[in-house]
Amino acid sequence: MKFAIQVNEGPYTHEASDTAYLFTRAALEKGHEIFRVFFYHDGVNNGTNLTTPPQDDRNVTNRWSELAAKHNLDLVVCVAAAQRRGIVDEGEMKRNGKSAQNIADGFRISGLGQLIEAGIQADRLVVFGD
Amino acid sequence: MSEEMMEEGGTIKKFLYVNRKAPYGTVYALESLEVVLIGAAFEQDVSLVFMDDGVFQITKGQDTAGVEMKNFSPTYRALEMYDVEKLFVEKESLDARGLTEDDLLVPVEVMTSEQIRDLMEDQDVILSF
Repeated sequence: MKFAIQVNEGPYTHEASDTAYLFTRAALEKGHEIFRVFFYHDGVNNGTNLTTPPQDDRNVTNRWSELAAKHNLDLVVCVAAAQRRGIVDEGEMKRNGKSAQNIADGFRISGLGQLIEAGIQADRLVVFGD
Repeated sequence: MSEEMMEEGGTIKKFLYVNRKAPYGTVYALESLEVVLIGAAFEQDVSLVFMDDGVFQITKGQDTAGVEMKNFSPTYRALEMYDVEKLFVEKESLDARGLTEDDLLVPVEVMTSEQIRDLMEDQDVILSF
């Protein structure tokens, strides 16, 4: 089956991103296809490479990056939600005159159209978080 | 819209946006509306449901001066221009909050929770905010 995943909460406060990650990993292990993972609302905070949890804890951002690298996943951060919350790639940094970028490996910033497209293309859109 | 999307053309799915939260206090209502507006460009079969505190999103006379936030409720009136015209409100949610259809700023169809269940069953994609 072809899944699309939507993550609506940031890391650590809520378990939604962990659950989404575990679901995505399990689906891939079962041979399903993940069309796209779309990060919205505070979910965009999963995509910052400034995340530095204690060493004995899971690194939610790195886990996504590693899964993306292994399975060629498309991790998309909503641009409007990202701008509000300070998630920045090189293009956004230049466009908005910011001093830094912080998008994590394997993530890209794009528009809400990517979420709608995922809903159209996938057999199931599975939403995690409030 | 990307060229890719233009080429896809044919696929039309039933999208239902379920709005369950008050308009202020959390960002979900505003960011849900943003998805609806962007999604309108994809010419899908779109419906919106307002239930629980989500019914407050479309109440008349919202005044946000005190909380220093933008009052985005007029945008719901613009949905018609985006061909988003199927707006449903759960009757039980209105009743529980002492609201009637007259309190709402856009034309809606009031449905019972059972009818909304049937509506949900009929959808391809449900986005709940």
